[in-house]
This record gives sequence, structure tokens and C-alpha cells, in this order.
Amino acid sequence: MSLRTSRSARAGQYVALLGYLVFLAFPFLWLISTAFKPARELGSLHPTWIPEHPTLDNFRQAFDEQPLLQAAANSLVAAVSAALIAVVVATPMAYVMARRRTGLTAAATGWVVVSQAFPFVLLIIPLFLILKNLHLINTLWGLITVYVVWALPFALWMLVGYVRAVPPELEEAASVDGAGRLRTLVSVTVPLLAPGIVATALFAFITAWNEFFFALVLLKTPEKQTLPVVLTHFLGAEGAAELGPLAAAAFLATLPSLVLFAIIQRRITGGMLAGAVKS
Amino acid sequence: MTLANATVQSGRLGPPGSPESRHGGTAPRINRHSGTWFLVLPALIPILILSVGPLLYGIALAFTDAQSGRTRSTQWVGGLNFQDLLHDALFWDSFRIGLVWAVGVTVPQFVLALGLALLLNQNLRMRWLARALAIIPWAMPEVVVGIMWRLVYNPDAGVLNETIRDLGLGDGRDWLTGLATALPAVIVVGVWAGMPQTTVALLAGLQNTPHELHEAAALDGAGAWRRFRTVTWPALRPVALSITALSFIWNFNSFALVYVLTNGGPGGRTRLPMLFAYEEAFRYGQFGYAAAMGCVMVAVISVVLAVHLAGRLRGGEDQ
Repeated sequence: MSLRTSRSARAGQYVALLGYLVFLAFPFLWLISTAFKPARELGSLHPTWIPEHPTLDNFRQAFDEQPLLQAAANSLVAAVSAALIAVVVATPMAYVMARRRTGLTAAATGWVVVSQAFPFVLLIIPLFLILKNLHLINTLWGLITVYVVWALPFALWMLVGYVRAVPPELEEAASVDGAGRLRTLVSVTVPLLAPGIVATALFAFITAWNEFFFALVLLKTPEKQTLPVVLTHFLGAEGAAELGPLAAAAFLATLPSLVLFAIIQRRITGGMLAGAVKS
Repeated sequence: MTLANATVQSGRLGPPGSPESRHGGTAPRINRHSGTWFLVLPALIPILILSVGPLLYGIALAFTDAQSGRTRSTQWVGGLNFQDLLHDALFWDSFRIGLVWAVGVTVPQFVLALGLALLLNQNLRMRWLARALAIIPWAMPEVVVGIMWRLVYNPDAGVLNETIRDLGLGDGRDWLTGLATALPAVIVVGVWAGMPQTTVALLAGLQNTPHELHEAAALDGAGAWRRFRTVTWPALRPVALSITALSFIWNFNSFALVYVLTNGGPGGRTRLPMLFAYEEAFRYGQFGYAAAMGCVMVAVISVVLAVHLAGRLRGGEDQ
């Protein structure tokens, strides 16, 4: 009897899981399907899941219509610079926040929370005015500056979790052996932190690569704009013929994030939750 | 993920002063502090100049008549922007839509994510696939999520209307431009896009619940629902509260998804407060007025955070 109920419950669980799989996957599959469909199929009233005559024309057309390569290069420069600077700047501070209990640590933790809750519009207006005075509007450096500040809260958050996972006893042992403080940090702590630092940098890269709002506000000319902003240019005149290139470009823009996310998935979820779950 | 959590943790894990007392006299202690500043400054300076400063500056702007591209210097106008806001029916419409959106996304998102997390916590086949898929929306650029769902909702070439036609339920409709369907349609996208974070947080919380208690309760003959209520939920509650408060705030501040899906249309039916403030600031150049809108949004978020923290404290007393 109990076996039977558990078996039917199991079946119910699989049906539910299947429902989730369909809900989560179908929009992405439809995007891929649209990207490989020829214009004639996109115009038909009975679209199919699998393109009848798959084609790469949409990709070619997408590159012809919008400066996608330039945009990808801009995105790459902005995201790599922001991720590197954010991690270099945040790691020492995260170390202090994890190891020392000072008023500064509490204040920094408070700032991390507040910065998550603040509406971006209240941050971007003053930043826009500041960057305008520095003549950094419509430059990648202006955007990178904003991305670094924007990445710092979660970079600190993740790194503090990773630092806490490094036992302080190791550092104490090194300092007993006569290593100076900085040497202990560089030769003992940083190597142990390396995987966490890499994961944090990649996560910062992904969020900067995906970011839209700041880029929309700060970058005015097409040759300076990043991929998400350029993608929205496809939206203007959206006839049946334009759906294909739109889908193709959107699909390409997603690939780097997806690949990197797949690589660091476990570390990210672990790192983000290190602080949230009671140990 | 919250202030309360983090401070509790640092309090528990930080070895309070033990290294100093063991190794140090006064001199190393001074070294320690100068070293600390050396480590902190590279992050602290940009935080102060480019985050804390601008946040305060932004609040101050709400009390001025700052506009873009104006030659006359900016004046203090006191509460004038807020008085104007009070009578701005369009803003309150937008504000109401923002609340409907934030609640409409956060609640189903939580329920669905809880279900998925409970399933993923079971020993089911295909679990790896579901886990991988559950993460996809998180990794995608919001603009791409918006574009993707525009393709799904497309009246002719979209898969939704095609499915409706296949099932013989009529001709479907133009979801994103219909006055009645636009907001529900974008809310569905919001739920889809935000599920991963919530699911991952809840799953981690679940894996933290005491397994022995579950078995003991099962031996005592407690059914699945009672086990959930008496064992799982108490352990999950802190994480659930944190992630719900966080996703409410994220959703309330959301911009890119709806900008791409409808750009606030049709007729302002999906114009979230962020979209409204963005247009006010960067289309019409009303920086002061837009900053005042931002301040009103901060007020709402503060209330949510306060309720959340109160809930956490109460939960702490229960245990």
C-alpha cells in the first residue's frame, strides 16, 4: 500500500518536473528555431518548431544591418576591464571584511545591502552629471567606471564568503614561521582563494556583458554602444523579415554568458549562498 | 544575503581578537591597522566617490530643479518636486503598475521556485537537466530574454498563438499590445526570468534542513504536508524571507525586460516606475523630478526591508 502511494507520488513528481522543463526551455528553443528559419517560413501563419529549410541567412543579415562585431568588441572591453578592476580592488577589502570585525566591516556590509536596494535611476542621474563633468559620457571608460562600482557589492559579498572558507590557522602558521603579513597574504591566502577570485571575476564579467540600463544611458553613438543596446536597434521596424536577424543576433549575444555560466555554475551558487545560509 | 545574516555570521565566525592576544604587543597591532587601511582603500575610495556620494547627491537632487542642458544654475526648491508628484496622476498610475508587477512577479515566482526546489531536492532522474535549464534565464542578458519572449508572443510567427490555433482555441491575440493582456504577459516573463535565483536560494536552504528530523517525522507517520510544515518550512523560513524580500526589490527596480517587451505600452499599461523615471530624466531632462521619483521608490523599498527585518527578528524569537 505505502509502496503504491509513493509510486504514484513519484509519477506526479515526474509530471511536475516535466512541466517545469517545458516552461523553462521552450522560449529558448523557440529563439533558436527562429534564428535558423528562412524569411518565408517566418512569414507563414503556421510556424513550425523545427525549421523546414534551416538557413544561416539571418546571421549574415544581422551582421550586415547592425555593427555587431564592433558592439561585441565594446562589450568585451567593458566587461573584461570592469571584472578585472572590480576583483583586484575588492579582494583585499573582502579579506579585511571577513577577518576583522570593525565598524568599517559593518558599514561596508550595510552598504552592500543598501546598494542592492537602491533604484538605479537615483544612482545614474548623479553619476551621469559627474561623468559629464569629466567628459566621460559616451566613452567606454565612463561605462567601465560605473560597472566597477556596480559590481563591487556582489564581488565583495562573494569574496567574503570565499575568504571565510580559508581557515585562519593556515595564515597564523605562516606568520609563526616568520612570514610577513603581506607575504602571508600573497603566498598563502591568495592561492587558496584563486578559484573563488576567478569565479567572482567571471560572474562580474557576465553581469557586465548582460547589462543594459547604464549602457543605454551612457552610450549615445552606435560605434560606442555595447551588444544589448545594439540589439534593441533591431526592434524598431519589426516585420516578419526582421524577426530572423533579431533572433540570430540575440542568440549569438547570449552564447558567451551561457558558456561561462555553465563553467562556474556551482561556484557561483555556492559563493552567493555562503553568507545567506547559516553554517 | 541580508544585513542581519551577514552580521550574525561575522559575529560567529570572526575570531574576536584572538590572534592579537596570542602574538602581538602594541607595535604589531599598529602595523595591523595601517595594513588594514592599505588593503581597504582601493575599494573604499571608489565606493565613497562613485556610490555613497552619488546616492546622497541623488537624494539631494530631488530637492532641486536640476534639468539637463540648462545654463542657469540649479536652485533648491524644497519639497516642490514631491508636491508635483503628489498631483501627478500618471506617476501614481505607474506606481500602482509597479506594485502590481512586483507582487505579481514575486509571489508566483516564489511558489513556482519552491515547487521546483522541492523537486530538485528529490532523488529524481533528469534532475541534472532540470538544474541546468533552471539556470539558463539567470545567465541570459535581460534584453535577450525580452526579445525571446517577443518572438513567443508574436501574433503571427509566435509559438503561443500557433499553439492556441493548433488546439482549436481561436486565433490567439496580440498579447503585448492588448490593453488587457500586456501587463499579465510581461508578468509571466518576469516570473520566468527571476526563477533561477529564487530556486537556487531555496534549494540551498533545503539542503540545509536536518535530514534526521525528516526521517524521524516520517517514522512517526507524518504525511508529506505535515513534514513540510513542521520540519522543512521552519528551517527554510529565513532563506525564504530573504529571497522574497530581495526579489520584490529587484522586481520593483526592474527596467530592461519591460523596456524591450513593451517600452511601457500600450497606453502606459506596463510603464513601471523605473521606465517612467528614465523617460523623465533622459528624454525630458527633468533630473530633479526624476530623482524625486527615485526617492519615493526608496521609501517603498525601505518599508519592504523593514517588514522583512521585523519578520526575521520575530522568527528568531520563535526558535
